[in-house]
Amino acid sequence: MSGEVIVFWALAPLTVFAAIGMLLVKKAVHSAILLAFVMIALAVFYIMQEAPFLGVVQIVVYTGAVMMLFLFILMLVGVDSSDSLVESIKGLRGVAIFTALAFAAALTSLIARARTGRDPVGLELANAEGNVQALAALIFGDFVWAFEVISALLITAALGAMVLAHTQKSPEARQSQRVRSIARFRGESIGTAAGLPGSGVFARHNAVDVPALLPDGKPSDLSISNVLAQRGDVQETKTYSLEGLPKLDDEEGSK
Amino acid sequence: MNPTNYLYLSALLFSIGAVGVIVRRNAIVVFMCIELMLNAANLAFVTFAKMNGNLEGQVIAFFTMVVAACEVVVGLAIIVSIYRSRRSASVDDASLLSR
Repeated sequence: MSGEVIVFWALAPLTVFAAIGMLLVKKAVHSAILLAFVMIALAVFYIMQEAPFLGVVQIVVYTGAVMMLFLFILMLVGVDSSDSLVESIKGLRGVAIFTALAFAAALTSLIARARTGRDPVGLELANAEGNVQALAALIFGDFVWAFEVISALLITAALGAMVLAHTQKSPEARQSQRVRSIARFRGESIGTAAGLPGSGVFARHNAVDVPALLPDGKPSDLSISNVLAQRGDVQETKTYSLEGLPKLDDEEGSK
Repeated sequence: MNPTNYLYLSALLFSIGAVGVIVRRNAIVVFMCIELMLNAANLAFVTFAKMNGNLEGQVIAFFTMVVAACEVVVGLAIIVSIYRSRRSASVDDASLLSR
């Protein structure tokens, strides 16, 4: 049993399981990780099949660049309801799986019959001068026109992505510093012109989710970030109120 | 080893990718399944190159990778711009034409 056979039968089932897992896991990030595994396994298959250049390109381009882009966009878009696995069209999943099984069966039977009794040639002759050199002779020889067209395609794709992802800033957002400064010190925000109160000031804890206490002992809502307040991560303000405690003035007055 | 096994694997991966495109609703996952299908086709190309003793299959696979990279860049930009306007990355929500 040659090394190729061992590696193939060890890696091929894992690849198929990872691909199936891609469809079953709920979170898109997990799908991306499983797809990265499939791509690395494919790179190993390329290298085993006397295509070392393609194997390296597969890792650099796919697992390196493309999957990074996918993860980046996943972080940009975030998690939403589309991650759910509930089928929105009734019966779609059954139809899809049946069709795919039928397609796979058709392909498999086609492959099984198309190649019976013919030995593969192998690439020893074609790779005699080295895989990269032979590929370069082809890419910059017979396929040079396709290569040039693809370079134009790459530039067009980069421009297209820039145009699609670009957003024009609205004119209201572009106020001058003078206008913003006047609005800050002459408008309603004069009360907080010196900055909002920090969290936890005069309170028993100085964590970000503990509201600051005002001089009269009441908690200040302004000292808590709006994000925390909306997520409901704020500590109960009454816990830290000083209203129940004896006042300092009274103590000093009794002495 | 008989290279036909790679072709079976390629057919299997392609079918799994096709199921994913139909079943999943998150546009990014759908896109990743399309990448899986492209990769399966690439594996078939590389296997055919070995079977026929001809490097042209590898050249085509290389070009497919470049085109797939372009496709990912433009497709993800489209997904981001759809997400900006609709606040959703679900393929079911982008259905303005049907109304």
